[in-house]
Amino acid sequence: MVQYSQSVDASFAALSDPTRRGVLQQLGHTEASITELADKFHMTLTGMKKHVGVLEQAGLVTTRKVGRVRTCRLGSHSLEQEAAWLEQHRRLWAARFDDLDKVVDELKRKEKSSE
Amino acid sequence: MSDMQMAAAPAANKTTTDRRSDREVVITRTFNGPARIVFEAWTTPELLMKWWTPKSFGITFISCEADVRTGGTYRFVMGHPAFDKPMAFFGRYLEVDPPKRLVWTNEEGGEGEEGSVTTVTFEEKDGKTHLVLSDLYPSKAALDEAMASGSIGGYPEQFDQLDILLAGSPEARSA
Repeated sequence: MVQYSQSVDASFAALSDPTRRGVLQQLGHTEASITELADKFHMTLTGMKKHVGVLEQAGLVTTRKVGRVRTCRLGSHSLEQEAAWLEQHRRLWAARFDDLDKVVDELKRKEKSSE
Repeated sequence: MSDMQMAAAPAANKTTTDRRSDREVVITRTFNGPARIVFEAWTTPELLMKWWTPKSFGITFISCEADVRTGGTYRFVMGHPAFDKPMAFFGRYLEVDPPKRLVWTNEEGGEGEEGSVTTVTFEEKDGKTHLVLSDLYPSKAALDEAMASGSIGGYPEQFDQLDILLAGSPEARSA
């Protein structure tokens, strides 16, 4: 699992803060605007924007702006989804590279026989 | 250069994938041959055609053109029974530095869409080549989108069928 460590780090960093954990919990119930979250957690709008920004960077929360209101909800891009994608990606390349091994062997043989 | 690898067929080396940053995915693999040979296999169209479309995936090359020099272009056209029409993958080589480094753009995303840039480095040690392939996307959103759409390898969404193909394919031996 070493290869996922970077994204896991980002998630842990995002989760290290109690307010951000609270925001995630809240968004687990229902989506909310940044203003609503700021009120709920007794924070300034700017402060809440920063927290949401960190959660967004980690892929834990997504936001969309409709008119003047930015609505937040739990990220659709979960770690599991990312891990699944990376695994598919790895399989494609592993299959390619297995065929490439054969090409490399072939070229090595040719080089050797022409020595 | 050692010829000892010829003695026994070694097990396939391990392929790793890693999301290195918000917008970069890195793949690594070691090959049992010198860098000049591995590089040749990446830069000669006739050789590329032998491995770029794994047989186990049922994808086949229709044509493979690659003018592998800095500023040169490439165009890979592939087909699969599940596709209505062939898929084209194209772009430009930004750096060609044999046998160490290869950089190209992926431009099949379409007009106005900034594509990813692929960098491949070949590092030779004791007759083996350690390969590192990096796909750098223009933004976090672009990589997230690629992941969300289920497309892989910088492939457009039409390649979603790969999900199905992959589900039915045997586990890679290197797992």
